[in-house]
Amino acid sequence: MTLTMPTPDPAVLERRADIAAALRAIVPGEAVIDAAAELRPFESDGLTAYRQPPMLVVLPETTAQVAAIVRWCHDNGVRVVPRGAGTSLSGGALPLADGVLLGLSRLNRILHVDYVDRVVVAQPGVTNLAITQAVDAEGFYYAPDPSSQIACTIGGNVAENAGGVHCLKYGVTTNNVLGVEFVTPQGDVARLGGSTLEHGGLDLLGLVVGSEGLLGIVTEVTVRILPKPESVSAMLIGFGELEDAGRCVADIIAAGIIPAGMEMMDRPAVHAAEAFVGAGYPLDAEALLIVELDGPQAECDVLVGRVSEIAKKNAAFLVRVAANAEERSAFWAGRKAAFPAAGRVSPDYYCMDGTIPRRKLPDVLARIRALSDDHGLGVINVFHAGDGNLHPLILYDANEPGQLERAEKFGEDILTLCVEVGGVLTGEHGVGVEKRDLMPTMFSEADLAQQKRIKCAFDPKLLLNPGKMIPELHRCAELGRMHVHAGKLPFPELPRF
Amino acid sequence: MNDRVQPTTTGELAALLAQATRDGATLALRGGGSKDRIGAPVPDVRTVDMRAFAGVEDYDPPELVLTAGAGTPLADIEALVAAEGQMLAFDPFDHGPLFRAATGAATIGGVIAAGVSGPRRLSGGAARDHLLGFEAVTGDGRAFKAGAKVVKNVTGFDLPKLVAGSWGRLAALTRVTLKVVPRPENSLTLRVRGLDPPAAVSLMSQAAGSPAAIAAAAHVPAGDGEAATLLRLDGFDASIAARRATLAAIVPARVPVDVLDDGTANAAWRDVRYATSLPTEAPLWRVLLPARQASAFVAALDDSAWLMDWAGGLLWVATNTDAGQMRVAAREAGGHAMLVRADAALRAKVPALHPPATAVAALEARVRHAFDPGNVFASGRF
Repeated sequence: MTLTMPTPDPAVLERRADIAAALRAIVPGEAVIDAAAELRPFESDGLTAYRQPPMLVVLPETTAQVAAIVRWCHDNGVRVVPRGAGTSLSGGALPLADGVLLGLSRLNRILHVDYVDRVVVAQPGVTNLAITQAVDAEGFYYAPDPSSQIACTIGGNVAENAGGVHCLKYGVTTNNVLGVEFVTPQGDVARLGGSTLEHGGLDLLGLVVGSEGLLGIVTEVTVRILPKPESVSAMLIGFGELEDAGRCVADIIAAGIIPAGMEMMDRPAVHAAEAFVGAGYPLDAEALLIVELDGPQAECDVLVGRVSEIAKKNAAFLVRVAANAEERSAFWAGRKAAFPAAGRVSPDYYCMDGTIPRRKLPDVLARIRALSDDHGLGVINVFHAGDGNLHPLILYDANEPGQLERAEKFGEDILTLCVEVGGVLTGEHGVGVEKRDLMPTMFSEADLAQQKRIKCAFDPKLLLNPGKMIPELHRCAELGRMHVHAGKLPFPELPRF
Repeated sequence: MNDRVQPTTTGELAALLAQATRDGATLALRGGGSKDRIGAPVPDVRTVDMRAFAGVEDYDPPELVLTAGAGTPLADIEALVAAEGQMLAFDPFDHGPLFRAATGAATIGGVIAAGVSGPRRLSGGAARDHLLGFEAVTGDGRAFKAGAKVVKNVTGFDLPKLVAGSWGRLAALTRVTLKVVPRPENSLTLRVRGLDPPAAVSLMSQAAGSPAAIAAAAHVPAGDGEAATLLRLDGFDASIAARRATLAAIVPARVPVDVLDDGTANAAWRDVRYATSLPTEAPLWRVLLPARQASAFVAALDDSAWLMDWAGGLLWVATNTDAGQMRVAAREAGGHAMLVRADAALRAKVPALHPPATAVAALEARVRHAFDPGNVFASGRF
């Protein structure tokens, strides 16, 4: 692991037993974990390449306990790393050796459902899918659906601004959250938003969503729920050329159609998925598109016809419409199994998450293949085609010396390429530790300085989830000195950190 | 008349703001001035005219992304995307007519800075949901960018959310990147007549919670004429027909329902957007609250005129009720109240934006300091 994390403070490590005792005074019983063997399960999240057991784990049950823990840690100079279900793919919940890992899994109740205003109020440890399940019988659902939705929690979704396959039409987490209660890095409790569509002041809610646990700890979330569509249709479309598939996606959108989901897989992904689940995918496709349409049956029927025409015009050799729900599930089975399928064809894989302007797709995929040759590692590509969010899965074997490092370098090259063509480092997985040091490829020193100023405004002691998202954040005082004198700097474009 | 300055490059703007920071001066940002009469009058504050940062710089319709200078007229952008069969889904509008002025002055930067969303916001999201990225200059004269030019991005803090609706208190926007969406093939508005407020809220809520997927829902109470509850369906022709049938099943029996022709429908939604049915003499408030509180809220109002938008989640209220009382009532209903239109004397006394709770006010102050350490944008207007 080449990652540099904030240096552990020996004085804090020395006080470990006292800190555990102080936390036990706040949260009694089993909720404070300090035995080495019991800390191990918390040493990493979904990004398993990085591991670090925390100094201590604490599992509070109430907002008051969360606030008391954070306040005590703030007053005593102890770092805190929040954690939901630990499914982050960017290392957002990677512990610190001298940090308290604050797990929110026991705040797991749905507090309130309101069908007049169509909102659900939930504690952060409630899983994403449990929200949908709670309102399913009344004909509603919660739209953002990250692939990990059976395990990931709504608190983690808020922290990471999670997406999912339906977000082109229905938005990502931030577009579906109306309010939060959160604990500031000083241990104060604040409410942002509520059950209203907008809030009166600065949109601090919009800032907190996606802040990766750097600005506060969310202890309650109010989300908007949507009525379930009357019907859903799915189509499987095969292309002999990647360019045709790319043009088909652009033409669908140009025709005014925003599908509920539009996923693309390249040839290696199709082969891996087919070998794994036997979804009935055409093995001769260079690109396979799954298009899902929802709405009244009459609308789906019309749009299926229009998409079919557009596909044929773009030289699709296969256009299959799911005849029933089983077949629709089969279409999705391969796509949803893309990750485990990669796990079958390769001992390890590394999932990337850049977004590109869609028109660059053929170019970017060609260059990813060239990079694959350069690095001597295979890659399979699955892609949220509607919004340009690319998920290359780099195949490697961690037991082969040097392969992990090569996989990481390959991943870095892919993300740099995404930025170079006008895209971004991460579409939905977050920066975390994984992409932290790549931030300067996308942002200038001035851009990053503004991000740092935000962090310092909330957390001047840098105790909450430090080492994530922001590269080279040393002390807020430095930043303060700099902005005081900024107007007088002779060379404001020079790097200062 | 305020003293004015019009920078033409980011460098000039940055120098101006850095100088103001050093001088301890305050400045007020301004686009086309369509919202000049919102907020406390600040006649002595120098105005920074942002209209030189104009022009659409990048627009590729299938990418659903448009980048323009913040000073670009809203009307230009709307015309450009309409020509490609697209629109801004948050239904932005020009504030001119709210102040009995013409349209045409509003800029996209002003619309974003004020977080302006019209009736379609119910289904389409707000301005903040469609601002993908921006470039701006901080109060102390540092040019920076945030967000990006793609529709899906979580790289770094989501500063676009924060600047949308910040009313020029954080940074001077120079360039914005917006998400655009296809314009619906067709639109149909139903007018349900004669409902009282509780029945109207109930209908709007049921409609919004049904698979009919209404685009907008408003209620104009009985005044001189009959109460009208408006439900709009946007989409493909076949879809509208099907969803109209879904709605028909929700409307209570024996309640009269009209289908409005396009001209009447457009006029009706315009009247909702600009609250034209409300008297102009009394101060005009924009109250956001949970829809389930809406009918009780209006029932408690004395000597006031009102209408509901966003399925009851937004009230426009023209009233001489004491400002403090309005804000307490809004807060107790779980919402907040903004003073939109009032004479200068009242605006000098009553802040336009609803004062935040103490804990939030402290955070707001720190965030403002992070953008504007010299308080250059603290002109006193908000």
